[in-house]
Amino acid sequence: MDPEDSLCSSEVWTKSSSFPNIDAQQHEQKWVDTSILDYAMDQPFQEYEEQTELKASLTCNSNQQIGILNKDSDQMNAAILGSKVQDWDPRAMLSNLSFLEQKVHQLQELVHLIIGRRSQVLGRPDELVVQQQQLITADLTSIIVQLISTAGSLLPSVKHNFSAAVPLVGQLEPPLDRVLFASESGTNNGVVQSQHGDGTKLPEVPTRIDESSKYGKEQNMSVEEHELKDEEDADESENLPPGSYEILQLEKEEILAPHTHFCAICGKGFKRDANLRMHMRGHGDEYKTAAALAKPHKEPSYETMLIKRYSCPFTGCKRNKDHKKFQPLKTILCVKNHYKRTHCDKSFTCSKCNSKKFSVIADLKTHEKHCGKDKWLCSCGTTFSRKDKLFGHIALFQGHTPAIPLEESKGTAMSCDRGERYETANKLGSINFSFGSIASGGSSVETIAAADAKGGVDDPLTYYSPLNFDPCNFGGYHEFPRPPFENAENAFPFLIPTSSNYNQKSGAESSCNNLE
Amino acid sequence: MKRQRFTEPTNPFDLVSDEIIFTILDLLSSNPIDLKSFSLACKSFYSVEAKHRKLLKPLRSEHLPTVLKRYTQLAHLDFSLSPRVTDASLAIISKACNSKLRSIDLSRSKFFSATGLLSLATNCTNLVEIDLSNATELRDAAAVALAKAKNLEKLWLGRCKLITDMGIGCIAVGCTKLRFISLKWCMSIGDLGVGLIAVKCEQIRSLDLSYMQITEKCLPSILKLKHLEDLVLEGCFGIDDDCLAVIRHGCKSLRKLDVSSCPNISPTGLSSLTRATSCIQQLTLAHGSPVTLALANSLKSLTMLQSVKLDGCVTTYDGLKAIGSCCVSLSELSLRKCVGVTDEGLSSIVKKHKDLKKLDITCCRMITDVSVSHMTNSCGGLTSLKMESCSLVSREGFVLIGRRCHLLEELDLTDNEIDNEGLRSLSRCSKLSILKLGICLNLNDEGLAHIGTSCSKLMELDLYRCVGVTDSGLLAIIHGCPDLEMINIAYCRDVTDVSFSSLRKCSRLKTIEARGCPLITSSGLAAAVVGCKLLRRLDLKKCCNVDDAGMISLAHFSQNLRQINLSYSSVTDVGLLSLASLGCLQHLTVLHTNRLTPSGVAAALLANSSLTKVKLHALFQALLPERLLKRLEVRGCTFEWREKIFQAELDPKCWKLQLEDVMQIVL
Repeated sequence: MDPEDSLCSSEVWTKSSSFPNIDAQQHEQKWVDTSILDYAMDQPFQEYEEQTELKASLTCNSNQQIGILNKDSDQMNAAILGSKVQDWDPRAMLSNLSFLEQKVHQLQELVHLIIGRRSQVLGRPDELVVQQQQLITADLTSIIVQLISTAGSLLPSVKHNFSAAVPLVGQLEPPLDRVLFASESGTNNGVVQSQHGDGTKLPEVPTRIDESSKYGKEQNMSVEEHELKDEEDADESENLPPGSYEILQLEKEEILAPHTHFCAICGKGFKRDANLRMHMRGHGDEYKTAAALAKPHKEPSYETMLIKRYSCPFTGCKRNKDHKKFQPLKTILCVKNHYKRTHCDKSFTCSKCNSKKFSVIADLKTHEKHCGKDKWLCSCGTTFSRKDKLFGHIALFQGHTPAIPLEESKGTAMSCDRGERYETANKLGSINFSFGSIASGGSSVETIAAADAKGGVDDPLTYYSPLNFDPCNFGGYHEFPRPPFENAENAFPFLIPTSSNYNQKSGAESSCNNLE
Repeated sequence: MKRQRFTEPTNPFDLVSDEIIFTILDLLSSNPIDLKSFSLACKSFYSVEAKHRKLLKPLRSEHLPTVLKRYTQLAHLDFSLSPRVTDASLAIISKACNSKLRSIDLSRSKFFSATGLLSLATNCTNLVEIDLSNATELRDAAAVALAKAKNLEKLWLGRCKLITDMGIGCIAVGCTKLRFISLKWCMSIGDLGVGLIAVKCEQIRSLDLSYMQITEKCLPSILKLKHLEDLVLEGCFGIDDDCLAVIRHGCKSLRKLDVSSCPNISPTGLSSLTRATSCIQQLTLAHGSPVTLALANSLKSLTMLQSVKLDGCVTTYDGLKAIGSCCVSLSELSLRKCVGVTDEGLSSIVKKHKDLKKLDITCCRMITDVSVSHMTNSCGGLTSLKMESCSLVSREGFVLIGRRCHLLEELDLTDNEIDNEGLRSLSRCSKLSILKLGICLNLNDEGLAHIGTSCSKLMELDLYRCVGVTDSGLLAIIHGCPDLEMINIAYCRDVTDVSFSSLRKCSRLKTIEARGCPLITSSGLAAAVVGCKLLRRLDLKKCCNVDDAGMISLAHFSQNLRQINLSYSSVTDVGLLSLASLGCLQHLTVLHTNRLTPSGVAAALLANSSLTKVKLHALFQALLPERLLKRLEVRGCTFEWREKIFQAELDPKCWKLQLEDVMQIVL
């Protein structure tokens, strides 16, 4: 995958990143603007609340540069709506084309702006500057997304499928979705990089969606940390011949994302798709239908077609696909845990012994269950965390007896003590966890620094990508009912594994077949 | 030379070897007074008796050092009469007796701890039995100490509520020779501890797990015990059908099983249990699920069953009929307080089980002469029959019992219609040793005379509220039954000193209940106790003519008295104080005696050092000095303060009518 092949957006982005000196003042001003514009943007959003595809397209508009665009996009959306009703309409096509034109203009403006800044900026790269750049990049991405989505709707056959997918409300527009993948791959230099923006390569896209949905499902199912560990361990012994499976590599920030399912309306993040579906009910009656609430089903044909294995993004890691003795990871959860355990700080400390540290919260909880002074002791000196284990041990060995602590009263004190401690541990765990979610969100400056240390500054992709999450972190944003993660969505298309995804995917697939 | 020959054999016993004297002593040992007389005969007898004595029941532990110096061969120590046994006493014992001590009973004692038990366990290496029931203060440390007694075979830990799984685990590992263990009411011990006992102590024969919080988890390992014969699971609420369904391993050695008061075991659970334990001979299912066909069918697999106890169960005709047909050769059946036992049900059982030896149909109020007739016809070999309150059985029914069941040894006819005719026919039961005729209002002296003349082996006679009984009837009994050990003439109001004083002829009397006999006076009591040296319990409540004079002679003659009730009597401070010379008086009840003063009571309490339980009127609690009460409590004495209102005595017939009224209301 040659980076030169990537979209203009990523080109621009890399350029900007190579000249990271942006005036801080300008930057601040820009933030103020953003919030205002955001507010303005909010209104049309409410207007069209019932029309989900509209919303979806709106969510893509994230920054002030495309503020002007809002009206156009409204028009565009109306056009899309119209097209849906009448199947194929030359007028809609025309409006789409004009919309595209506008977009291209915008893009030009944006690039101009960047060029202008480049000349202005002096001094060392500041974090804020980086963030600003990031925002521009995001804008770019969003514009490109819209460009492609509109372009996609120009194709009659695709549009047909698209409108077929519409009844499954509440999710992103199918073409848009597809584009999201493209842009994602563009920004992140992902595995599926080359497919984007190219109609002929369409089949790849659904595959990607499938994978992402699989991920979502998996997360729903396997919650137990042990299972995950086992999976990862079992993975070691697995001997798939190289080439018999498809290798996917997620980026660091995808791995560390706290939530994997996002509401397309308000942007709230969820760990499970089911929770998202429950949440969606609050956004209107159309989400309360059985079809909207149903568990998205898998497409069997894709499941059987390809075996997917995952690579760790950390270069030099044995789990990285470039490693000589590469051992792939089986599932995304394996990737998550592997990455956190191996390449992340151990930020969770055991509250009992204060020495053991963990990077995966579940590991900490498992440890805390067994950590503590009140152990069941055998005369041979072996300690047990559970009484029945001690008694099993004593039953097994000749001459071993339970050892009783000298203080007689300990028996009763111990039990209640334990209960308390367990509670506190739980509380602490949850506190840790909330902190953890912020940290792994990668939005705070500290985390960036940490990422610096870990990921290495020389790699621009790893350096900047955490900022895809940014919007939620910067003042005032989250007070508005617009999705704070819209850009993140761009970066993580698989984070929206919804029923429409599946339907759209299959639609896209069939459309491809039609084309062929 | 000649002179020497004359002087040498002054004592013929000098020529007899110690072994022979020991054999003689063995034959004497049934009566402690005989032994005492023997040892007091001469110095050599004294030392021989001291050397021979194996069992000692000390009254108080203060004299232990001297006592243990005298008796060097002691193997069994029974402290059930001494409430205070401290760690120091146990240390003395462990030093003096060391490896000779085989058993020790501390079930009634307090004030010892793990330290004392540790010295006992380490020094007395041959200790085989230890009873620690009621040691509610003992903790796991005591169990650790106990685990040092490697040769322990029998262990009672009833009500040791603070001993946990950890403690019992130590015992299980340490005392691997255990054969008998009782863990009744050990609330802190659960499945793990019991399971470990079952794993480590393979020799266990008897296991009492009553009222413990155990579940199915320990049952498999218990049933794997190869020698287990007796298993008690009474009141184990945690054991239910699901638990029992899991049992796969059968225990072929089990002979006795008690699953009474286990409300969660239904006939299905029971059938899975009985499948696993097919060799059971005695089965107790008291207060359990209703006796239905299903339950009876679950007993079918028990081919060796001999005894079934269904006390307090709801029974159905089908169930009883099925029991009658399925069990092979029952010799013992208890339907005590069962609801729904009818003539048909009982008849179907007794017709089949002709070998029945013991039958308990107490409070089966629906049965009539029909079942009595069937029962006496087919079960001629009955030795024990308890049929209290079978009020529908007529006088003729009891005649049948006497006529057909000659082998009866124990007969409980309390609260029945039996009359003199019945008693006359019962006189054929020459082996009768226990006869209870309480609240039988239809009989009088004439009937008792028949008993007196023929039932010479009678040991226990209960004439509670038999208003027809007077002096002549009682005299006939006393003359005819010299072996009497217990007599109850409570509320036989016509009994006077004439007959009461002749109780002295029954030298084995241990219990006299003469409550509510106002005609008995101190002189009668004094005359009676002269012969009753073994008397242990005496109830003189409401004998208002008994005063200090009686007490003085009582204190002189009945040195073994343990329990006395003097409520409503005319005893004063003097009488109470004179009781202090009774060395082993433990329980004292003095209520409603208006002639007692606080100082007198205080003095009596102080003087009577063996008291363990005293019932007094609540007024005294305030009147007695607190320090005195504290001191007595340290000694091991507990107080019960009662605030009963003085009750006038009712006419017996009126009393019974009243009782029936109450029962009508209850029913």
